[in-house]
Amino acid sequence: MSVHAHPTTPQFSANAHRAMGDGNLQEALARLRVGFSTRRAAAIADLPEFDALRDAARDIKIHTLAHLDLYIEAYEQRVKESGGHVHFARTAEEARRIVLDICAAHGAKTVAKGKSMISEEIALNDALIAAGVRPIETDLGEYIIQLRGEMPSHIIGPAVHLTKDQVEADFRRAHTHLPHDRDLTEPSAMLAEARAVLREKFIAADVGITGANFLIAETGTSVIVTNEGNGDLSQTLPKAHIVLASLEKITPTLEDAAQILRVLARSATGQEMSVYTTFATGPRRAGDPDGPQEYHVVLLDNGRSAMLGTEFEDMLRCIRCGACMNHCPVYHAVGGHAYGWVYPGPMGAVLTPSLIGVEKGGQLPNASTFCGKCEDVCPMRIPLPKMMRHWREREFERHMTARPQRAGLGVWAFFAKRPALYRLGTALAMRALAFTGRTTGRISKLPLAGGWTATRDFPAPQGRTFQSQWRDRTKAKAR
Amino acid sequence: MSAREEILSGIRRSLKATGAEGPRRAAVGARLAMRPRGVVPARGRRDPAGRTALFVAMAQAALATCAVVTSPQDAPAEAARFLRDANLPARLRMGADPLFADMDWSATQIEISHGPSDGHDLNGLSRAFAGVAETGTLMLASGADNPTTLNFLPDNHIVVVSADDIEGDYESAFDRLRALYGDGLMPRALNMVTGPSRSADIAQTMLLGAHGPRKLHIIVIDAAG
Amino acid sequence: MVETGRKIRVGLFATCLVDLFRPTVGFAAVKLLEDAGCVVEVPAQTCCGQPAFNSGDTNAARAIALQAIETFAPYDYVVAPSGSCAGMMAKHYPELFEHDPELRARAIAFSAKAFELVSFLVDVLGVTRVAARFPHSVAYHDSCSGLREMSVQAQPRALLETVEGLELRELSEADTCCGFGGAFAVKFGEISTAIVDRKTQDVAATGAPVLLAGDLGCLMNIAGRLKRQGSSVAVRHVAEVLAGMTEAPPIAEAPAGPKKG
Repeated sequence: MSVHAHPTTPQFSANAHRAMGDGNLQEALARLRVGFSTRRAAAIADLPEFDALRDAARDIKIHTLAHLDLYIEAYEQRVKESGGHVHFARTAEEARRIVLDICAAHGAKTVAKGKSMISEEIALNDALIAAGVRPIETDLGEYIIQLRGEMPSHIIGPAVHLTKDQVEADFRRAHTHLPHDRDLTEPSAMLAEARAVLREKFIAADVGITGANFLIAETGTSVIVTNEGNGDLSQTLPKAHIVLASLEKITPTLEDAAQILRVLARSATGQEMSVYTTFATGPRRAGDPDGPQEYHVVLLDNGRSAMLGTEFEDMLRCIRCGACMNHCPVYHAVGGHAYGWVYPGPMGAVLTPSLIGVEKGGQLPNASTFCGKCEDVCPMRIPLPKMMRHWREREFERHMTARPQRAGLGVWAFFAKRPALYRLGTALAMRALAFTGRTTGRISKLPLAGGWTATRDFPAPQGRTFQSQWRDRTKAKAR
Repeated sequence: MSAREEILSGIRRSLKATGAEGPRRAAVGARLAMRPRGVVPARGRRDPAGRTALFVAMAQAALATCAVVTSPQDAPAEAARFLRDANLPARLRMGADPLFADMDWSATQIEISHGPSDGHDLNGLSRAFAGVAETGTLMLASGADNPTTLNFLPDNHIVVVSADDIEGDYESAFDRLRALYGDGLMPRALNMVTGPSRSADIAQTMLLGAHGPRKLHIIVIDAAG
Repeated sequence: MVETGRKIRVGLFATCLVDLFRPTVGFAAVKLLEDAGCVVEVPAQTCCGQPAFNSGDTNAARAIALQAIETFAPYDYVVAPSGSCAGMMAKHYPELFEHDPELRARAIAFSAKAFELVSFLVDVLGVTRVAARFPHSVAYHDSCSGLREMSVQAQPRALLETVEGLELRELSEADTCCGFGGAFAVKFGEISTAIVDRKTQDVAATGAPVLLAGDLGCLMNIAGRLKRQGSSVAVRHVAEVLAGMTEAPPIAEAPAGPKKG
């Protein structure tokens, strides 16, 4: 079974250790760190209304979530009127079952897939393969990681962790029908090869599956935003189109989608607009020369309705742009795979414990410096650090906080609540520490702080505490 | 309880709502009917000539190529020039759009075929019912006039748009759409296209022509141009 | 607000790290505030509660916060030489009491008078220049909480510009986290080190022999890494330079004394 079903999230630290020793990954991350943030900043500088649009986009989501039941009903009605079907799925298992049944009804041998994080979340490919249906990922990044049997390492750049040479090796391994001596030095040659290989697969696919960036209640429309055009081919060429989307993708109107579209691409890739924004409404109509004969939407809950009304509700505003990870120092250091499951970076640190349980995902909200950059760049103004802190609260309440940390904190809080004891205790402790570091001004080994002193010196205190020196000064003045 | 009922009642439980509340229903009904516009960037607020100029500039920034002709009758020659200059075969597949049917293609020696693409056409021609100046975005609607497959399968895509159809912002283009299809109604596929297909999935290097067209050439018909 | 004619009375919140590790910063803060015309007092104090808050121990954080609110009740302002502790008091105290209207109101009133030192000098007291001399090139790191919670960015640069002999050399990524993050630095020491390594590279690239910042947590982290790498860059709190109090050895450097190079 794949990592989808068996998250390695509980081994975050070990994953991170491995990631930091992976030269290829570090090379890719160095490029990501500069590239995404530079392009985002340039796009935002060109749109004076950007921050006003962020507020508007946030408010649209807040309004929609507060009326989600009603917008879902309106959306469902419109999809039906356009000849499509809406299937409700409470769980990942139900969503997989619905997709498999549709595939079976069409006798599907292969499905062409546009990029869908919900597909990753419900581990759809494993289920399709088990049912004898071949899933073909058509987004170039998803295709590459499918060849490698990996998880996406980034929500908008699934293969962003790989170098050119790694992709070349994968293509040579997978595309054995092509001449061995072909030249794949240039990325453009690899792109052309993938285009040709996948083109035939699109045309042969029986069912197309895509995600959705928006589900528009006004019109019963699913919207996908892509740069490659693969999602469009996946939803146009096969006999049936299945849209996989979670509840919070519901958006009231075209105008509301326009507000969010204006912040989406700019936050994600730094483009003014992604190349293809496609609005699909129902199946092929009388007189249509192309398009699918059936149109299905699988509307997935998978824990989201239970997040409403809790301190994690704000997370349901997320539009999956990836800006939080593109600007996260932890993500920059360890990449996406270290997070051990589908959603990496700050958004993953909040969402993963909700979806796979805090027992498995609990390290992620702790693996943050709370630098706040994620919230700063989030187009939907999601308070990500605050929600990570809420997870830490839940862990503390349930006695899941790591024992040394809890013990240290307990001692600290005991003194912090008792100023007189605090003064006495700290004065003694600082004297001792200052003595230890008296010749160099620093301490190279400290019990219980090995995580610090393994790689960093610990600055020695100057000696007497500020408060005790201040009291002397005050007394001297009074005399 | 069905999954549908259970999800809806779960949402209502979380929201502490029943779904029958008058004010909540009214708020939803009003938003769907009024469709408030929100923040519309000032950059698209220009006179027609300014909109066309911005549209061209933004489309070029998105790596499309653009040409402005003054009459529909000049479009075939411009299409022929584009194919010739790009060293492409003089073949073009298009739908049944009346605008193309009215054009005289005989002087161009382009080999014309009609209908959707099966994935083996090199060059496609479509008409956009609207352009959006703010980002140089084309809007194309599915149907026999402009089959959706022509937008994605050919290597090279030529799109004709009338300057009269260029709006400043997405919202105005959506109103144009509603005027064509009716309130709350949509074509099966509405494609907003901003530049040619691209991917940065190999080593974060941006390359054109991932699955869709490598080249997007826009012909703007502008009688004032 | 403060009546005219009466001196502004500031309660200095020294912060635990300054209290315990670097009293010089506390005295520098006092000097800067007094030079700007304030009466400064240092009531007996402990911690702002942030370590408990960020570890999910909300009850302890509340108890510590209430104690601080009580302690600083007599003052017009509470000022901390740290964006992080000031941010805790100004932005997070109200969050701690979301379910208790009375305490929440007190926390909000308290938060309105809590400030980070340098931004307080510039934004509230209107200080435009300091009387200090520091003939060195310096790089300045924007500590995250100060930058994003307390909008501390232009103020320290503006005052540093007025220090005689000082040349400010901008880091290429001054607003990127140094990897400290409190308990994070110990619990995820390896990741923290990878992050601070980029900071030390950035510092080295400026060629400045001195690095300044406004938060002792970040400074101890960066200095700790620089020293382990054998760097000669001197690391100081920005208040020391602004106050002209740079006699004490830099952070993680040996006390002045016999034979130490």
